[in-house]
Amino acid sequence: MSAASAVEAAAVGRVALVGNPNSGKTALFNALTGSRQKVANYAGVTVERKEGRVQTARGRALSVLDLPGTYSLRARSPDEAVTRDVVLGALAGEAAPDVLICVADATNLRLVLRLILELRAVGRPMVLALNMYDIAQRQGLRIDLDGLRRELGCPIVTTVATRKRGLEELLAQVEQMLDAGALTTENRWREPDAGEIRQAHREAQRILKAHVRPPERPDTLTGRIDAVLLHPAAGLAILLGLLFVMFQAVFTWAAPLQDLIDVGFQALGGFLAAHLAPGLITSFLTDGLISGVGSVLVFLPQILVLFLFIILLEDFGYMARAAFLMDRIMGGAGLHGRAFIPLLSSFACAIPGIMATRVIDNRRDRLTTILVAPLMTCSARIPVYTLIISAFIPHSRVAGMSLQGLVMFGLYAAGILSALAVSFVTRRFFWRGAVEPFLMELPTYKAPDPENVARGLLLRAKIFIMRAGRIILPLMIAVWFLSSFPGAPAGATDPAINYSIAGQIGRLLQPVFAPIGFNWQMVVALIPGFAAREVAVAALGTVYAVGAADSAPGALATTLAHHWSVATGLSFLAWYIFAPQCASTLGVVKRETNSWRWPVVMFVYMTALAYAASLITYEVAKTAGLG
Amino acid sequence: MHDMLAEPIESSRHGQEAVESRLVRLSRARPGDRGVIVEVRADASAAAHGLGVAELERRLLEFGFVEGAEIEVLHEGAIRHDPIAVRLEDMRVALRRRDADEVWVRLQPRGQRPSR
Repeated sequence: MSAASAVEAAAVGRVALVGNPNSGKTALFNALTGSRQKVANYAGVTVERKEGRVQTARGRALSVLDLPGTYSLRARSPDEAVTRDVVLGALAGEAAPDVLICVADATNLRLVLRLILELRAVGRPMVLALNMYDIAQRQGLRIDLDGLRRELGCPIVTTVATRKRGLEELLAQVEQMLDAGALTTENRWREPDAGEIRQAHREAQRILKAHVRPPERPDTLTGRIDAVLLHPAAGLAILLGLLFVMFQAVFTWAAPLQDLIDVGFQALGGFLAAHLAPGLITSFLTDGLISGVGSVLVFLPQILVLFLFIILLEDFGYMARAAFLMDRIMGGAGLHGRAFIPLLSSFACAIPGIMATRVIDNRRDRLTTILVAPLMTCSARIPVYTLIISAFIPHSRVAGMSLQGLVMFGLYAAGILSALAVSFVTRRFFWRGAVEPFLMELPTYKAPDPENVARGLLLRAKIFIMRAGRIILPLMIAVWFLSSFPGAPAGATDPAINYSIAGQIGRLLQPVFAPIGFNWQMVVALIPGFAAREVAVAALGTVYAVGAADSAPGALATTLAHHWSVATGLSFLAWYIFAPQCASTLGVVKRETNSWRWPVVMFVYMTALAYAASLITYEVAKTAGLG
Repeated sequence: MHDMLAEPIESSRHGQEAVESRLVRLSRARPGDRGVIVEVRADASAAAHGLGVAELERRLLEFGFVEGAEIEVLHEGAIRHDPIAVRLEDMRVALRRRDADEVWVRLQPRGQRPSR
C-alpha cells in the first residue's frame, strides 16, 4: 500500500448499522449507499457481509457496514455472532467500527431500547436513527426526542429511509462524531443473565413511559389483515393460492427470457464454431465454456421471478406469517417453520434455496434443510422428465386427466414426500431431542418499497451469478475434459464421447447400473449430466448420435423409446428424483457448511436413495411385463 | 404439577383478585385470552429443549416475554392449535406452545376489553 492510499484509507470513517430485524435497517443502508454496495462473506463464516460507500455533504468518505439484525448482543446464530463480534471489535479481519448507527423502528421501541442499553455498555460512539418516523407521526405517536437524547446519552436523528429523509442529518451527526474524535470508551459489555435482562427491560420500560406517549391512532390494519391471513383455514388456503400463482409465474413469466438466453448462447456457440478452426480450443469454448455458462444462466429468469415474489412477500411482512402457518405442518417432519422459504426456492433451483437457509438460526435445523433441499424438484429436472415422459408414457387419459401430467405431478409429489421423510428420519434417529424454540416477530404489514425491492433483486441476481459462476465454471470445465479426452481415433464410427474418459468410466460402471436397467450409453450420459441435470438430455443426444437433440427433442424421444424398455425409462425417472446429479449443488453445500462432510453425506444418501428407488421401479415394472 | 401448585399460591398472594382472574401457562391459553405476564421461569419441562433451561428463559425475556407485560393470544395454527400468535405489548410474536410453557399469565375475565 502506498503512503497516499494509506492516508486515504485512514480517512475513511467506518460506520456500522445495528438494529432489530424489521427496523428498516437494510432500507436505510440502501438509501445511504445506493448502488455503491459490495457483498461478500465474512472471513471463515457463511454470513453475508454487506458494505457500501457514502460521502458526507462535506466530502468525507464513509464505509457503511450493514450488520445482521439482532435483538441482543448475546448471539443466537452465526449471523448474530458476527454482529456481536463486529460491534465489540473482536472479529478477525474486520476493523472495529468508529461509529455505530443503531436503527430503530420508531413505532416499535420497546425491544430496541434494551438493545441500545446493551450497545451503550460497549462504549462505542453511537447515533440512534429513529426510522419510519413518518409512520410514527401518522399514528400520533409522540416521542420526546430531547428527553430520550438525555436519557440515552447519544444523538438521535429521525429518518424515513424509504423517502430518503433525515439522511444528511444522520451523516452530519456521524461526521461530527468522527471530527470530534469521539472516543471508544472501555467496553463494559458481558453476556447478561436472566436477572440482568429483566433489569434492562424495567429500565427500557421506564424510559418508554417517561418519553414516549402511546399512539393516538394505533395501527389496526395489521390486526385486520392477520385475522384473514392467519386464519387456520382461510390462511392456509390463501398461502396455497399464493404458492400456486408463484409457481405459475416462475414457469410462465420466465419462459420467454429463458428461451432468449438459450437461443443467445446457442447462437454464440454456433458463431464461434463457424468462425474458429475446429479443434480443442473451439470445442472447449463452445461445448465447455459457453454451453456451461448458458446452462446455468438459463435459470436466472426463474430465480429472479422467484426472488421477486419472496422479496415482495418478505417486505410486506408475509413471510413470517407463512412460517407461522407452515411451522406445525413442517414440524411434523422435523423441519423448522423458516425452512419453508428455502425449500420453496429449491423448486426453481437448489442453489438459491441452500443459500437462503441462512435465515435459520439453529445449525441442525439449517443442516437438515440443506440436506433435503435438493429433493425438491428443481427446474433442471424438467427437461429430463419431459423427455422421458414423452418417450415412455402414453398419451392416454386417466379419469379425465392426462396420464403424462399425472406422472409429472407424481414426480413432484415424490420429491416433496421424500424430503419430508428424510428430514423426519434425520431428526428422529440422528439428531434426537434437540428442538430449537420457534420465536418470531410478526412485523406490521407495510407496502413494499419499489426501489428496495429492485435493489434486493439485483443483489440476489449478483450473488447467484457470482457464487454459481465460481463453482460451476471449474466443474463444467472438468466435465468437458472428461467427455473430450482422449479424442476419437481416426476412422472411428461411434460418437467421440464413447472413446473419452467419461465413456470409459461409463462402460466400467455399467455393471453396477445393470440391476437398475441402465445400459452403458445411459451411464455415459450421466457423467456430463453431473454438471447440471438437464445436460443429460444433450448428452443422451450425443451418445445416441441424434444431431441437435435440443432442437428436436421429439427425435430423441423416439430414439430412446426404440432403444430402452419402458422399465428402463421408468427406472431412469426414479433415478432423477433422487440422484445428486448436480455438482454445483454439492459445491454450494460445501461452501455453505464450510466442510466437505455434508456434501459427501448428501451425495451418499441421495445416491443410495436413487439406486434403491430405481431398483424397485425396474423390478416392479419388469414384473408388470414392461421389461 | 405447576397448575396445581400455582393457583393456591396465587390466591394466597392476591386474595380476592384470584377469584376473578385465572393463572395459566401461556401454552394453555386460547385465542381471545388476555392478561398480564406474572412469571417467566425455566423449569424441568424445558429440559426437552435443545437449549439449556436458562437459555430458553433468556430468549423469552429478550423477546419481551417479561413480568408485567400485557399479552393477548390472537391466533393459533390449524394443527393442534399450534403455534400461537400473541400481541405482546405493542408487537406481535409467534411461538410454539411448547416454548410458551414457561410463561405464566394472569388472565383477565373474558369480555372485559380494554381500549386497545
